[in-house]
Amino acid sequence: MTDLGGGYALIAIDRIFLHERTGAAALKSMADAGRKVSDPARVFAVMDHIVDTRPGRGDGTLMPGGAAFITETRAACHAAGITLFDVNDPEQGITHVISPELGIVLPGCTLIAPDSHTCTQGAFGALAWGIGSSEAEHAMATGTLRVAKPRTMRVTYSGKLRHGVTAKDMVLRLLADHGAGGGAGHVVEFAGDAVAALDMEARMTLCNMATEFAAFTGLIKPDAVTLAYLEGRRYAPDPLPGWSDLITDEDAAFDREILVEADSIEPMVSWGTSPEHSIALSSALPDNADAKVLNYIGLHAGQKIDGTSIDVAFIGSCTNSRLSDLRRAADIVRGKHVANGVLALVVPGSSSVKRAAEAEGLDQVFTDAGFQWRESGCSLCFYAGGESFPPGSRVISSTNRNFEGRQGPGIRTHIASPEVVAASAIAGRITAP
Amino acid sequence: MTPFAVLTSIVAPLPHDNVDTDTIIPSREMKSTGKYGLAEGLFAPWRYVDVATRKENPDFILNQPEYRAAQILASGANFGCGSSREHAVWALAEYGIRCVIAESFAPIFYNNCIRNGLAPVVLPKTVISTLAGGTATIDLAAQTVNGHRFEIDPEAKMMMLEGLDAIDLTLKHRDAIAVWQAKDRAVRPWIYL
Repeated sequence: MTDLGGGYALIAIDRIFLHERTGAAALKSMADAGRKVSDPARVFAVMDHIVDTRPGRGDGTLMPGGAAFITETRAACHAAGITLFDVNDPEQGITHVISPELGIVLPGCTLIAPDSHTCTQGAFGALAWGIGSSEAEHAMATGTLRVAKPRTMRVTYSGKLRHGVTAKDMVLRLLADHGAGGGAGHVVEFAGDAVAALDMEARMTLCNMATEFAAFTGLIKPDAVTLAYLEGRRYAPDPLPGWSDLITDEDAAFDREILVEADSIEPMVSWGTSPEHSIALSSALPDNADAKVLNYIGLHAGQKIDGTSIDVAFIGSCTNSRLSDLRRAADIVRGKHVANGVLALVVPGSSSVKRAAEAEGLDQVFTDAGFQWRESGCSLCFYAGGESFPPGSRVISSTNRNFEGRQGPGIRTHIASPEVVAASAIAGRITAP
Repeated sequence: MTPFAVLTSIVAPLPHDNVDTDTIIPSREMKSTGKYGLAEGLFAPWRYVDVATRKENPDFILNQPEYRAAQILASGANFGCGSSREHAVWALAEYGIRCVIAESFAPIFYNNCIRNGLAPVVLPKTVISTLAGGTATIDLAAQTVNGHRFEIDPEAKMMMLEGLDAIDLTLKHRDAIAVWQAKDRAVRPWIYL
């Protein structure tokens, strides 16, 4: 909109998404300052972060004091005239699952949410990124943000993925090779034949973990696959504009380029306490692994990761909880049973995903195999003080963060694709499908 | 927002890379829907041997007598990575930390610092290691820490030095925003719901 000088510009924010974990704080703070939401029709909110995922849920949550986040967010949204997908709304689900489902994110739009995984929605060729509560207030009050122009990076995945290798493995490999700080503040375009070959749900998985790469955000150019996904979605325009100009010029120069040969990627799993601590399932922990990390994770330098026994298997989160994720996991567990002593859960990414999975009988496949089948939400991707895994558990998880304590005090998290989680649940140890 | 000018304090070393916001303040410590009451949860997983009883871990740097009142932290690369929770900055500020020196910052955390008047100072590892454990003086106007020059973009520097509210500043462009939106409605009508 306006050049603010010093490399900063005032840019228009087209879509804002709030959730109950930080939404009430931002809206209350605005109300306290006597500020109004400038265009409530373009602001959405959903209950996803701490909402209960057990059957028959209401506002109650196992998190101490959790109900206040829900009731205050609801009241603040109603007062501000914001569209809210409430606890038992048929469209309720994780922000970055339902925004695409409803056609709220669109190619070429700017979308922000006080949630680091907002970069997921860059899969649609949108500039979508996570911000803090203060920036959310700024965007709601002004319809804009003050943004320093980020540097640019292109990550090109050339060639074809091997059978059984997924978008999750693509991003874990990038993190393993270039570090959790590797994307430092860049807008990262994911490109190349292996990216173009991904469906929209896999593209979302890839972009989801751009924040784990310390990127400003990630994005993928919109194409026919993108348009086909958006066709007929509730908030998408009808007819869809072509958006054919939203492509990188052939002679465009990026500040940094990374090339990954897609056929060199194997199924990956994390071994430590940062997503950069990821290795191929067929390999071993590095010989020089940090002692503090090893102490927390309870493994040894040079140890093979395959065969590590697990206590919990978790399929869910904004990374890997969409219908295609659940289908692939169900194919692996169909007709089998979770290993003795392993707690296994599936938490669909949205209520729509849950209904679609149930219509295909996937819920039955999972429950027959000994998995719990839950209502949608962020669930145990992180521990908010309520529901928890057994103390000291080792968890194989389709989520995005394996930080110390992320899933609970002392919980050891290994992140991987839903396929690897499913296969490991059956085997009772970390294993390839 | 309180303007930031010059700060002198002992520098508490936290010599790890990738210190994440789940460690700075775990989700379970974010008990209220507001911005306050967070200092006690700061670094809870490292600071307490028993989180429930708040029994302190004597090995943790901020529990050591000489660093208890530290207002500056010195850490490694990619500080503040992970969740966008502004609670991480609110907790640091409420505890009394007014500056973090690191090799690099995660982008969302960096912006959250600027919006709350907490100085994010980027310096190379070699310089940070000479500052950690000693006393440092941050001079934001001069962009120096004990004479070592650091870079910060002019907008962030001005916001912090003058304690400006970004929303007030932006609302001065109210007319320009309205004009831009009116034109944009014709170009991208689908954006306006």
